[in-house]
Amino acid sequence: MKEIMVRAIYCEMLGYEASFSYIHAIKLAQQGSAIEKRVGYLAVSLFLNESHDLLLLLVNTVLKDLQSTNLIEVCMALTVVSQLFPKDMIPAILPLVEEKLTNPKEIIRRKAVLALHKFYLIAPNQVQHIHSKFRKALCDKDPGVMTASLHIYLQLIKNPDSYKDLTGSFVAILRQVVGGKLPVDFNYHNVPAPWLQIQLLRILSLLGKDDQSTSELMYEVLDESLRRAEMNHNITYAILYECVKAIYTIYPKSELLEKAAKCIGNFVVSPKINLKYLGLKALTYVVQQDASLALQHQMTIIECLDHSDSIIKRETLEVLFRITNVKNVAVIVEKMLDFLKNVFMEPDILFLLYVGCFPLLSDTYSPNNEWFIQTMNVVFSLGGELMHPDIPNNFLRLLAQGFGSEEEEQQQLRVFAVDSYLTLLESDTAHLPQRFLQVISWALGEFSYLKDGLEPCKVTKLLAKLLDERNVTSESRSWILSAMAKLSAGPGAAALALQVSERYSSSLDTVLRQQALELLHLSQDPELHARFFHLWHVQVDSSLSFLDSFVSEALSQGAAPYKAPHQRQEELRQEKALSLEPYSISLPVSLSSCSITDRQSPTLLSMSSSLSGNSNELKAGSSTLKLEGVKRVWGKEGYLHQQDAVEEAAQVEEAATPALPLSPQQGGAESQQTHGDLTVVEQEKQKLASSLFVGLGSQNSTFLMGKSDSTSQQFRRKTRAADSTSSGVSERSSSSSHSSCSDFLHNNLLEDSQNSLNTQKIGVSNGTHEGPVTQSFQTTSKETSPFLDAGMVLVQPCSPQTELRDFVQPGSSGITQTSLRSQFPPELSQLPHSDISLLSSDHSLSLSACRAYRDDALLFVIILSNCSQSSTNGLSVQLDCKHIFETFSTLIQVEPHTQVTVAGSVSYRAVPGHTQTLQFTDKLFLTDFIRPLTLSTEEYGKLWLSFSQDVRQNLKLIQGEGDPLRATLSALKEQLQLHIVDIIGSEGIVACRLLPDSPCLLHCRIHGGSLAVWLRSPLLSLPDCLLYYCQKTLEEC
Amino acid sequence: MIKFFLMVNKQGQTRLSRYYEQVDLGKRPALEADVVRSCLSRHKDECSFVEHKDYKLVFRQYAGLFIVVGITDTENELSIYELVHNFVEILDKYFSRVVSAEAQIMFNLDRVHLILDEMILNGHVAETNKTRILAPLMVLDKLAEG
Repeated sequence: MKEIMVRAIYCEMLGYEASFSYIHAIKLAQQGSAIEKRVGYLAVSLFLNESHDLLLLLVNTVLKDLQSTNLIEVCMALTVVSQLFPKDMIPAILPLVEEKLTNPKEIIRRKAVLALHKFYLIAPNQVQHIHSKFRKALCDKDPGVMTASLHIYLQLIKNPDSYKDLTGSFVAILRQVVGGKLPVDFNYHNVPAPWLQIQLLRILSLLGKDDQSTSELMYEVLDESLRRAEMNHNITYAILYECVKAIYTIYPKSELLEKAAKCIGNFVVSPKINLKYLGLKALTYVVQQDASLALQHQMTIIECLDHSDSIIKRETLEVLFRITNVKNVAVIVEKMLDFLKNVFMEPDILFLLYVGCFPLLSDTYSPNNEWFIQTMNVVFSLGGELMHPDIPNNFLRLLAQGFGSEEEEQQQLRVFAVDSYLTLLESDTAHLPQRFLQVISWALGEFSYLKDGLEPCKVTKLLAKLLDERNVTSESRSWILSAMAKLSAGPGAAALALQVSERYSSSLDTVLRQQALELLHLSQDPELHARFFHLWHVQVDSSLSFLDSFVSEALSQGAAPYKAPHQRQEELRQEKALSLEPYSISLPVSLSSCSITDRQSPTLLSMSSSLSGNSNELKAGSSTLKLEGVKRVWGKEGYLHQQDAVEEAAQVEEAATPALPLSPQQGGAESQQTHGDLTVVEQEKQKLASSLFVGLGSQNSTFLMGKSDSTSQQFRRKTRAADSTSSGVSERSSSSSHSSCSDFLHNNLLEDSQNSLNTQKIGVSNGTHEGPVTQSFQTTSKETSPFLDAGMVLVQPCSPQTELRDFVQPGSSGITQTSLRSQFPPELSQLPHSDISLLSSDHSLSLSACRAYRDDALLFVIILSNCSQSSTNGLSVQLDCKHIFETFSTLIQVEPHTQVTVAGSVSYRAVPGHTQTLQFTDKLFLTDFIRPLTLSTEEYGKLWLSFSQDVRQNLKLIQGEGDPLRATLSALKEQLQLHIVDIIGSEGIVACRLLPDSPCLLHCRIHGGSLAVWLRSPLLSLPDCLLYYCQKTLEEC
Repeated sequence: MIKFFLMVNKQGQTRLSRYYEQVDLGKRPALEADVVRSCLSRHKDECSFVEHKDYKLVFRQYAGLFIVVGITDTENELSIYELVHNFVEILDKYFSRVVSAEAQIMFNLDRVHLILDEMILNGHVAETNKTRILAPLMVLDKLAEG
């Protein structure tokens, strides 16, 4: 059987399906002995995937083997578990795997840790409670087990905040490894555990990112690794590379950076091609930090550019791409185009990416319009059909809107584009790619009127010629036809258009035929033409409100309400999930035979009731979807986003202009070149080098590098609050905040939150008053619209009369916590609230925040205090509510996030005419949105039966005086604001709700030494999130 | 992360394949052919790393046998390059110097897989210690003999 199985593996490897043998593989794993069993498991892991139904048949075998006294069988079972295991079955074997963590054999412990790693990858929530065991594994006396635990940590530390305290341990481990403290058999070519070192370096770089104090802990050990890795072997270079990468990721230290850069230098000049590649790769992010470093290696880079290996060349271009600035862009782009020309012989999709880079380069840095158009022409003709469709679209938008530069300059750009396209069309057009043709025809249609003395007739003729080309696709043809329609007003053009439209009105392609007919009508009726194209900028009712009556009529006649595609899919998925239900119910039965008896839900309710409950809910959800919510994207001023984009572009232009003066470094770079005898070739190379690296001087370059970041930041609307002479603040702020707020309620559009939620203008009175200004935003769940029931939370400023307050208190500089507390608005101080924490401050303003819990809302209170002696004007607070909105909907529905970040900024003017901003961020936790749900036991019972999804978990019991159940539940009640409905004997029922009104029910029972909890909620991931907090709370107790 | 591990002979025939990410059975031969083509076309003096679609290939040649590993962008190419060598050294140790014999791998496909499984798990490097990798297999062999 074993031989046959190996042959089946062989067949599958060669690509022939051998699905008939799958069941035999499972049988072999079940019944075989030793090597046969192993081969059975191997075959299973090769044949099946995680979602394969047959995998369920394996669960029992795995369970049996895990409990076996034979080490080898346990080992095999753990191996296969860490390769693939059905997600739903994890709870069944989790206790067994956990138990293996304390096995005396290192190999078992190691495999158990690896199995937990797998569990963490597929179902992170299920292993949340054993994080402390991971720590134990990290401190295991066996290096193998420790290594295995690093895999988990590398995953966990993707979210580094809660693991900063482990930095010391990781540093210590790395130090020991580097120092050769491990047994000799971990060495590879005399290098101690190189892959372990690499893993540790990765973890350290994640921990130290943007964190000075943590980074300081590692400087020493990183330095040591740099020094130790001197041996001339590939693997030491691999470690060095990782080390350099870590040094450049963590908070920078100049001394180390220098050393690392030197190291990279050795890589790049190495004759070994693989090292050269790695060196160039390292260089790409080294220059991102400090472009002037490329200067040291300029000659090498030039050599690599001419390297015969296209991969090396590509990597080099990547480096060049990073050091692009206004002055060298022309040369670099030329090099890239050369490269593209050579490479397109073998069409590789990857170079799409390269073509994609160009417009980026061109937008930000292009020296002049003419160059830009010409480069784009080359890009289009080279890029051809493989080009990503965004590129032409982007380019056209650019032509239409300009870079935000002067109107005149923009016109010039357009005229130039028209010119160059006309010349292109006059020559042979057969080789031009379709995409380019489309761009050409659109640009000609829109802008050819800008050019003086150009007859539309001439353009139309050229277009007509193009139309007749054999290889033009019908998509391009329709572009051309619409261009002709735009031009058809002139007398000569009309005749030509008539001719064309006659020919195409009998075309087989319906789109073409329609366009031809349109063209015909437009060209014959100049009046219609004029009207049509003036109406071009008409306002579109994107909400389709004119269909409302139709919809309501249809609904009243019993038509099914419209469901968005994603909703329909959701529904399908739910139905599918239900059909799987029998498995989970049959699970306890099979499990009980394995002495795990407490898995059943306490009320294994009948399937039918849960089914009906679910479908009810679905119906309720779908009927609430209405079209009104889409309204008002178009305001009176037009589409808001567009305005922003233009303004933003204007900013870019502003930022770009100061960069134009020549950098002092250029002179230096050139003087470097002059000494020594140089052959002509070398001189040429050096010339190229000087043109490539021009402008990489220290200040200039950092400015340029930084610039792309600054422009990509979200555009912030500046609000200029006029200096007020009165201290009446709330009136003015009310107007602005109110309008935006009401807009918001109407829009109810999450996308719109790209604009800052609202801009509160507060002018602190003109005297030399100082003191805290308290402003409260109310995060509330407004039941204004029925489709908010998914648990979205609206952020809405309170009505200014009652809630928005300014406290202007003279002479209270040096604010302490206590004084802040005294400023707390009285009606808020009655509510339970969190500690006031300082979020951000600068020399004149400090910002604190606190969360107050109202029964139906969370109030996020921002307290601003002026700690300088002078007055502050034009204060405005912006809260980036995009975060709140998006993350809350995801929090609840998609991913079990347990916290979200609120970001915002305060801008003010301390000195007239000089605006300063203060950024702040704060975290909101799920618990902030949890409120007790008061229910009677009967109501609880009804509600419990109406939900079907069940999550179960064992929790720690608090051992203390009195009843442990009571103690545990009241601890949870205190910390998480739950409501204890009833406690009967060893069982307790608890209820809570997530704002606005998503209930979550907990059923607790003491079982053994722990508290077994079942959770039910209509929101799928709410129980998971809540469990996380329960565990956390109980750990802390 | 490692996406797949392939052993291919000079004629482009797959001798061993292990995927750490689900790939449809039907798509595997095409993918393998693509991968092999792009590796075989490389010169000796060109570097051992190739970009292929959205991942990178690291390959190493041992006489008539190519070992190709597909990795994601975040992986360290050189360390994988050496990992391949480590793997070959382990095979060497186990089969006592017959790496060049492609037949050895063909006829001991299960054992090679077992060694690989000890070494790479879920696309991560799980163990690199030679004795530890071979330990489970040795025990199994002993059991089979006894």
